[in-house]
Amino acid sequence: MSRIDRRFAAVKAQGRAALVTFVMAGDPDPALSLDILKALAKAGADVIEVGMPFSDPMADGPAVQAAGLRALHAGMTLRGVLKIVAEFRKQDADTPIILMGYYNPIYVYGVDKFLTDAKAAGADGMIVVDLPPEEDEELCLPALKAGLSFIRLATPTTDDARLPSVLANTSGFVYYVSITGVTGSARPDYSRVAIAVKRIKGHTALPVAVGFGVKDAAAAREIAQSADGVVVGSALIDALAGTLDAQGRGGPATVAAVGKLAGELAAGVAAAKERAIP
Amino acid sequence: MNLSSPNSLRQGPDARGHFGIFGGRFVAETLMPLILSLEKAYDEARQDPAYHAELKHLLTHYVGRPSPLYYAERMTERLGGAKIYFKREELNHTGAHKINNVLGQILLALRMGKKRIIAETGAGQHGVATATACARFGLECVVYMGAVDVERQKPNVFRMNLLGAKVIPVQSGARTLKDAMNEALRDWVTNVDDTFYCIGTAAGPHPYPAMVRDFQCVIGDETRKQMMELEGRLPDSLFACIGGGSNAIGLFHPFLDDPSVELYGVEAAGYGLNVPNGHAASLAGGRPGVLHGNRTYLLMDDDGQILEGHSISAGLDYPGIGPEHAWLKENGRVTYLSATDKEALDAFQLCSKLEGIIPALEPAHALAKIVEIAPKKPKHHLMVLGLSGRGDKDIFTVADHLGGM
Ligand SMILES: Cc1ncc(COP(=O)(O)O)c(C=O)c1O
Repeated sequence: MSRIDRRFAAVKAQGRAALVTFVMAGDPDPALSLDILKALAKAGADVIEVGMPFSDPMADGPAVQAAGLRALHAGMTLRGVLKIVAEFRKQDADTPIILMGYYNPIYVYGVDKFLTDAKAAGADGMIVVDLPPEEDEELCLPALKAGLSFIRLATPTTDDARLPSVLANTSGFVYYVSITGVTGSARPDYSRVAIAVKRIKGHTALPVAVGFGVKDAAAAREIAQSADGVVVGSALIDALAGTLDAQGRGGPATVAAVGKLAGELAAGVAAAKERAIP
Repeated sequence: MNLSSPNSLRQGPDARGHFGIFGGRFVAETLMPLILSLEKAYDEARQDPAYHAELKHLLTHYVGRPSPLYYAERMTERLGGAKIYFKREELNHTGAHKINNVLGQILLALRMGKKRIIAETGAGQHGVATATACARFGLECVVYMGAVDVERQKPNVFRMNLLGAKVIPVQSGARTLKDAMNEALRDWVTNVDDTFYCIGTAAGPHPYPAMVRDFQCVIGDETRKQMMELEGRLPDSLFACIGGGSNAIGLFHPFLDDPSVELYGVEAAGYGLNVPNGHAASLAGGRPGVLHGNRTYLLMDDDGQILEGHSISAGLDYPGIGPEHAWLKENGRVTYLSATDKEALDAFQLCSKLEGIIPALEPAHALAKIVEIAPKKPKHHLMVLGLSGRGDKDIFTVADHLGGM
């Protein structure tokens, strides 16, 4: 059983959904970024997605774009991301870490070397936005072979005919993108999200986490009624960005702001009592 | 498509959109179903004679095709070597080759019932062509253009506005073509139901590189026929500039299986290939990577972050190149050269003064290499420049560089 499987099972045993948080590695700088990961875990994040910054994040909205740029300006590289993960793992043996980003930096780093180094750093899986099932040979299949999870996005445009191919090589959990759009977009229609989660669950035994457009504890609670996990990214990044000075520098207040919102989100998720799912 | 011989270089891509290791479909899941349905619609359209007939009619009566193959007599005399012809795409309606591709895609959008068209543009030529076709067919048109390009190609921005399109200046990244493409992709991922993404060059996820190439092959097909009529034989060499590579692949592709025809693609060397991040020559100065839906040669740093690059020409200022060119470089069929800003400016002026044709800065790069190579060729060598666009849009940029005129 992988760390991701164990965590979702434990959360399910508590009768609640998981809180999955996303922040960009190296934002606003490498040292604070590590502190932020620790603060997230402490505040109740069950799974942490760590962004690997890329110059051209085609599927991201302004908040995540800006986070990536801050990280790159602060000198972040893929090697640096893995270093932060390794540091985090030294002190936290249980919280699953999912690397999230785009394919080019991984391709340039070298797929095999990336998988070896990611595993050694203590990462558990990855989400690579621009690798659909049609390109599984690139990274997905080698990742599974290396013992890392490859978490796929399912979207409102993924119909029933296509779902099986999207789910085929997915492991860990399924990430349902609640809207058509970039990260940080408008709030989704909760009733449609519930229907979509049910549809996906008809095709897989994996947990289904829902993200995009979840901005606060109330929204997290709504989503947690039907999903196995709630993913929050842009809202945490907005909280982070709100503490930076004119030069983009952060400090203890940055870590505290992210931790505070994560705590509220965790409480929101926990408050979703009348869970519709078995 | 020509399926003449098993060894033909004209059969690509394979069913998954690969030209050798290049190409592919590297897009977010949200877009994948859209790309598959586009591929299906295009496959159906190309087998439909009515679709071809309508496109042909538009190309003849709306665009003004065939474009002439013009003997550039004074340029030939001046250079003293090869006999030089211009394939005059600059005479097309809207002033560049871009309209050939746009009309093919817009007819496809109509077949698919899409009502809203989005496009990215660098020099503004593709944006103008798209805005034009949308006006002609009563479609909503949104064009993403880097804020830097909005500044340096003002006449085209005004043109697009006149044609009823909405031009959105893109402020992210280097604020040029690459960022405009990112923003168009973000729009498409958001507006999946009613929107058709009309890509302006032979790049992006499959089926775009092959589809855009097919639409631009009219350039090479006509050149072949016209040269047979004028000279009774095939040309000896073809030259075209390369941004994403659509005018070049359109000129070259019908000749790929004719080994006697030398093919030269010309990239933008900006301030010089040895100036870090100072050029836009992805084949000469880049290496394979994945961006905007395809694997191809890219300008990037050691961490895989895409570089911004530089060219005086907005239409060539792109850190990637269509995947078929990446493949044609590796198999050696096409020779890829580059021209600096300075060389392009010189060729721009030479063409204006000798031939009375003000070329766009983009094809001026290809002309710069003709200026270099034509004198070394014998007089019976038939050399063709793909004159992909006219230079009206560039006169202010050029004036700036020449310190006023
Ligand atoms: C006149 C002209 N030529 C060439 C290009 C470069 O595009 P491509 O390489 O796709 O032909 C452009 C792009 O804007 C252009 O306007």
